[in-house]
Amino acid sequence: MIEWRDEGALLAVRPHGETSVIVEAFTLQHGRHSGVVRGGIGRKLSPFLQPGGQVELVWKARLEDHLGAFAVEPIRSRTAVVLSNKLALAGLNAVASLLSQVLPEREAHPPLYDRTITLLDLLGEGEVWPLAYLQWELALLEELGFALDLTQCAVTGTTEDLAYISPKTGRAVSRAAAGVWAERLLPLAPVLIGEGDAGGPEIATALAVTGYFIEHRLIKSLGDRTMPAARARLLAVLERQS
Amino acid sequence: MADTRDIDQLIDLMARLPGLGPRSARRAVLHLIKKRGQLLLPLAEAMHRVGTSARECLNCGNIGTTDICDICRNENRANGQICVVEDVADLWAMERSQVFKGRFHILGGTLSALDAVGPEDLRIPKLIDRIATEQVTEVILALGATVDGQTTAHYIADQLPGVTVTSLAQGVPVGGELDYLDDGTITAALRARRAF
Repeated sequence: MIEWRDEGALLAVRPHGETSVIVEAFTLQHGRHSGVVRGGIGRKLSPFLQPGGQVELVWKARLEDHLGAFAVEPIRSRTAVVLSNKLALAGLNAVASLLSQVLPEREAHPPLYDRTITLLDLLGEGEVWPLAYLQWELALLEELGFALDLTQCAVTGTTEDLAYISPKTGRAVSRAAAGVWAERLLPLAPVLIGEGDAGGPEIATALAVTGYFIEHRLIKSLGDRTMPAARARLLAVLERQS
Repeated sequence: MADTRDIDQLIDLMARLPGLGPRSARRAVLHLIKKRGQLLLPLAEAMHRVGTSARECLNCGNIGTTDICDICRNENRANGQICVVEDVADLWAMERSQVFKGRFHILGGTLSALDAVGPEDLRIPKLIDRIATEQVTEVILALGATVDGQTTAHYIADQLPGVTVTSLAQGVPVGGELDYLDDGTITAALRARRAF
């Protein structure tokens, strides 16, 4: 019997039979991992078996490649915080569905896990959450090998007046170097390099850029997967609020 | 040797019902056979009748034996309130309480980011039609206190400008003791506290 203990954030909970659920969690040391929770539909477990909940997990299986079963202990439930908050709910759905879609199974990503927990802890903090989410998407791209390099111009090496991003390389391009190619490049919102305002329109422009790389680079590299609709819903909520 | 294929098939079918396994299905079938006149034949007739006549109400999605269900046909229930529920089982639960006197609308599920259930997969357009045609003044969102349930509730509320949209309260259940409640329920209850 194989057994390990880890902590994780719940990404998805799906019914399995009449009384059990299959839980998908993003764990600290074992990455995205699934397992059956027996009795997960019951009154005792279901309140904290919700996406975003932080739990202690013990996974047991006879063989390494089996689905296995989880024993779950709650660490922190975030459901009550997000249920009445439209932005928090949309944000939680976007985070959970993106992770579920793009993370490889059973591959640890401790830095991304820490960033995710920090982001989830900020749910409900409407003022700072959109910026935190933007930074989390940048960290997601970096962790999975699609980091944007926005430190200097890819053409001239200058660090001044960076205004565009190459959709092919994800590297910054200065206004002068872009020249006639400007309309083929993505706009570099200053908020992406920690400058300027971090208001609604700036965040929206920046999320359009990260969204481009998530959809056309990261997700495309995974085969037949698509951008989760939950992310588009989050953008719609952010747009309405700004 | 006796031919028991029909009985085995019945046991096999019964075992697929929720709450029953092969062993309990066998017990149930044996009981039915012993009570053939009082139970088995009336049950078979009732199942046949329901099997040929059961359908979804074209208006609200409730299950009945006519195109428009009893609740939708009852003019006394046209009080301007529509209670939106996820499933027929939720409608039955609300009806058991006998508190709600308006009409219902069954969505047929909830939005789910991970299972790719979008608004077009639910009966939300029909709800919007009903609000226009039935002089609805209040929509009560009686959806689960889950991430998917409340995501759906927020989405529906956004689609219904000009109508009062309310939702069920969340908090301490009747007969509940704080010591036994999960921290999420206690948080929700504390946030929804009212003057005493």
